[in-house]
Amino acid sequence: MNATTYAWLVLAFPLAGCLVNALGWRLLPPRAAGWIGTAAIALAFVNSIAALVALQDKPASGRELTSSLWTYASAAGLDIKVGILVDPLSVFMILVVTGVSTLIHLYSISYLESDRGYARYFSYLNFFVFSMLLLVLAGNFVLLIVGWAFVGFASYALISYWYRRNTATKAGMKAFVINVIGDIGLVLAAFFIFRELGTFDYLAIFSAAPQQFTTNEGVVVAICLLMLVGAFAKSAQLPLHTWLPDAMEGPTPVSALIHAATMVTAGVYLIARMHPLFLEAPTAADISAFLGLATLIFAATVALAVTDLKRIIAYSTISQIGYMVMGVSIGAYAAGLFHLMSHAFFKALLFMAAGSVIAAMAGTQNIDRMSGFRRALPFTSGLLIVGALALAAFPGTSGFFSKDEILAFAGERGGFYWILAIGGYVGAFLTAVYAFRIVFRVVYGEPCPEARELEQGHQAHAEPQNPLTGEKEDTDVGFPGPVHNIAERARPMAIAMAILGAGALFGGYIQVPGVDHVLDTFLEPTFEDSPLSRIHVPTATAWADLGIGGALSLLGIATAYYVYRVAPQTPERLRRRAHAVYTFLVNKWYFDELYDTLVYRPVIATGRFANAVLERVVVQGIVAATVDAVRGVSVIVRGAQSGFVRAYALLLVGGFAALGLYFLIVSS
Amino acid sequence: MDISWYLVLSALLFAIGAGGVLIRRSPLVILLCLELMLNAGNLALVAFARQHGDQDGQVFALIVMVVAACEVVVGLGLIVAMFRRRLPLNVDEMRDLRG
Repeated sequence: MNATTYAWLVLAFPLAGCLVNALGWRLLPPRAAGWIGTAAIALAFVNSIAALVALQDKPASGRELTSSLWTYASAAGLDIKVGILVDPLSVFMILVVTGVSTLIHLYSISYLESDRGYARYFSYLNFFVFSMLLLVLAGNFVLLIVGWAFVGFASYALISYWYRRNTATKAGMKAFVINVIGDIGLVLAAFFIFRELGTFDYLAIFSAAPQQFTTNEGVVVAICLLMLVGAFAKSAQLPLHTWLPDAMEGPTPVSALIHAATMVTAGVYLIARMHPLFLEAPTAADISAFLGLATLIFAATVALAVTDLKRIIAYSTISQIGYMVMGVSIGAYAAGLFHLMSHAFFKALLFMAAGSVIAAMAGTQNIDRMSGFRRALPFTSGLLIVGALALAAFPGTSGFFSKDEILAFAGERGGFYWILAIGGYVGAFLTAVYAFRIVFRVVYGEPCPEARELEQGHQAHAEPQNPLTGEKEDTDVGFPGPVHNIAERARPMAIAMAILGAGALFGGYIQVPGVDHVLDTFLEPTFEDSPLSRIHVPTATAWADLGIGGALSLLGIATAYYVYRVAPQTPERLRRRAHAVYTFLVNKWYFDELYDTLVYRPVIATGRFANAVLERVVVQGIVAATVDAVRGVSVIVRGAQSGFVRAYALLLVGGFAALGLYFLIVSS
Repeated sequence: MDISWYLVLSALLFAIGAGGVLIRRSPLVILLCLELMLNAGNLALVAFARQHGDQDGQVFALIVMVVAACEVVVGLGLIVAMFRRRLPLNVDEMRDLRG
């Protein structure tokens, strides 16, 4: 079979899984939904591998395949097909998405076992993966926007999965609203492209763009900036990042899915996919790269201060996506996507480990309450450390090679791009500190009461309550189930985590400077039209940069060790000494408050004003005045309607007589 | 031939009819007076036709007679209906359409 046929099957299986679970859950055995959902994604993964093999059989110049099922719209020069584009980039993306999603589905089977609404969960989860696959396989802008919007909806549905929890539904709405802002940017960009180039088709756009646009022409910069609005909203980059930490309200596997596989990587993919346009608009690409840098440092500093376990990992995602955005914006396409892949491994792993810890803590997410899980949860602790090592770019792990490849490229491009490299290294140091802040707080130290209970063979139970507000809950549908599983006691969770752990440790060896460059070679057909892809970092420089990165990583881990293990009173002292800085960080640089002041409050105030003045005074005033005027006049006029027929007759006759007299007088 | 005598007669008949409609309260008499007014109009029409020497006015008069016949049918029907329902035969007492 052809590569495109496999690609269509990749799309078909998750959709089928979603529909079967959504429509057939009453007929199926109670816990079948999980296995159906997992099997659907696993089959999609198998087909992705088949597509990869089929694509590699072709000569390098022929690895851009398109296929369309039917014509979606055809009118007045507009020809939109339901078409996909299968090239190394999209195949790489579907491999990462389906591969990691399969493991997350597998993990969810056990983790959410006690939850009511299990089938709904897997139906949403399959739909989420389907939307993301549609997004990356789309062959034109219309289908891209469809997938883009589906992803936004699916994230809303899953973040609000525990729909009776107020904080969760609010977080879902926030994610949806910010994503819609991004959708608008993307749609406007598509309109501009159609106005300039007259087509929505990727390949036609890419071949026409270099002739149509001159470098840094206003319109192409506008197109790229509008696309960045879309990309940044999906990828949670400054200033549209505020939804992602709140998205932690969803179940932990959903966080893993959003962060590792399906959602936040969409922006990185978009920038990489649209590189022919960004080549014509280097200004937009530079803006994107520097916003990525700002994001990665901002998020890393916040991750140092917040105490919610899942939110620390969420900010670390924002920070790591900053690296990827920086990479694909400056032309280190393969490096950015390499980091995307290794990040998918270790971030999914970190979330799974966090989920296991949170389950052991009976829902508590505050790391101040956690400590000493190394004996109670040996497997989880081990994999949490593996994930943290990869996140901290410990020499030899996947994050080590992928992160440094981006920074080495930034250094190699020269000019002002060295700022990116230096900022990236600062970020890398902070990353190592906060990654091992988690490890030293959660894994080491005196066991907390929950850990002790687990050591004696009981899993802690708590009153079901909202971890944020402490509100009392029940365990019926719409709230979390009575207890979530820990990896030590659930085989599927352990398998998923072990595979991801292997990926996080050894995934980096596909691309070691001077040794091999599997990903570079594989992605070359997609990016060969970009002159930036021909910049190669000399092996010696690359290894020097790896040395710096490794040293910073070790330094960061050592710092964390000193602060959280050797002198555990240091954080408290720092907190008191630099109270202003601490408050600033723990309030996430006051971004939420800023948007609250700039957008939310003015809108609400305008609404109140409109209600009080426009609606109540002006509109209702006009209505009431009209009614009163009509009523007043009618009181006067009503007197004429006496009901006496003869009076009417008199008026008639008298009126005609008067008219006749008048005309007689006038005419004489 | 002088037409003014006919017109004077017609005007007198019309005035008598109009006066009757305005003054009398019995629906039957009002109906009679209406007929008088219509026929006054007919007289004028025929007189003008005669003066102009063509038939248009006469045709008009015929049509007015047809309309008058219809009107009498409806009017008498109403009066019979009122009588049957034992309503007072007095137009001043039927003022339900008062505003």
